[in-house]
Amino acid sequence: MNSSVAKQEARKDAVVQNEPKNYISPEVNIFETKDGYILEAEMPGVNKEGLDIALEANTMTIHGRRTPQDVKGQALYRESSPADYRRVFELDPAIDTGKIEAKITQGVLTLHLPKSEAVKPRKVTVND
Amino acid sequence: MSNLTRWQRPELAVWPAFDKLFGLRDELDRLFENPFGDWTRNSQLLSVWNPAIDLFEDADTVTVKAELPGMKKEEIEVSLHDGMLSISGERKSEQKYEDAQTHRSERFVGVFQRSITLPAAVKGDQVKAQYKDGILTVTLPKAEEAKRKQIEVKVN
Repeated sequence: MNSSVAKQEARKDAVVQNEPKNYISPEVNIFETKDGYILEAEMPGVNKEGLDIALEANTMTIHGRRTPQDVKGQALYRESSPADYRRVFELDPAIDTGKIEAKITQGVLTLHLPKSEAVKPRKVTVND
Repeated sequence: MSNLTRWQRPELAVWPAFDKLFGLRDELDRLFENPFGDWTRNSQLLSVWNPAIDLFEDADTVTVKAELPGMKKEEIEVSLHDGMLSISGERKSEQKYEDAQTHRSERFVGVFQRSITLPAAVKGDQVKAQYKDGILTVTLPKAEEAKRKQIEVKVN
């Protein structure tokens, strides 16, 4: 599955607290290996259709829309919030944004962000 | 001259002005310096996983939803006893990536257990549970005697 890359309007300082709509910030795990980064984000209720990943300059915004609830009856007790998920990340310039891969399983988004080849340590042959 | 490219310290996570930067190591340091601070807020070491639960009811059915992202259905247990529904499970330690350095670790790992009292008697043998998109939905049809019955008023 590929991420959908969309152009966003330029936004200054996308601090989530200032956005008019209420979003929940999904919890993430971020790991780094020598080949790239792995990001896992928890967004229960979101599947591939509701997921939107946008890259702009060196920021990446993940936005998850919950699939509408189809529960019959009225709510007696609610702890979950119906808000969508959103979180913005600043990307290491070493990441090759064209090769980012995303997949979402059971509400967990896993992103692989490989570092571009140029940045990985490598040997340079010396010409005579 | 050894390096041709400038080495940059990777900074992946966002730093909005109000978010605190917590690496696991920082957290441990913080824990020892300030035992009565607000370390419970973000600390993985000491907080408990409490998945959000919703309870719905209509004329024939009671429905319970729990937010449990990233589990396998074998790891979730649902049981019904004495009018209470219990949902429990364990999320095993996340898959370890080879030679990986952890920058952020916010996801919960470990056991959870939630029980909820049901508002009506249900038919235990017809309870169904479905796990989709990280949400567990348990549908419990009400027992006949628990359904609301219309009583006709006769006027003589």
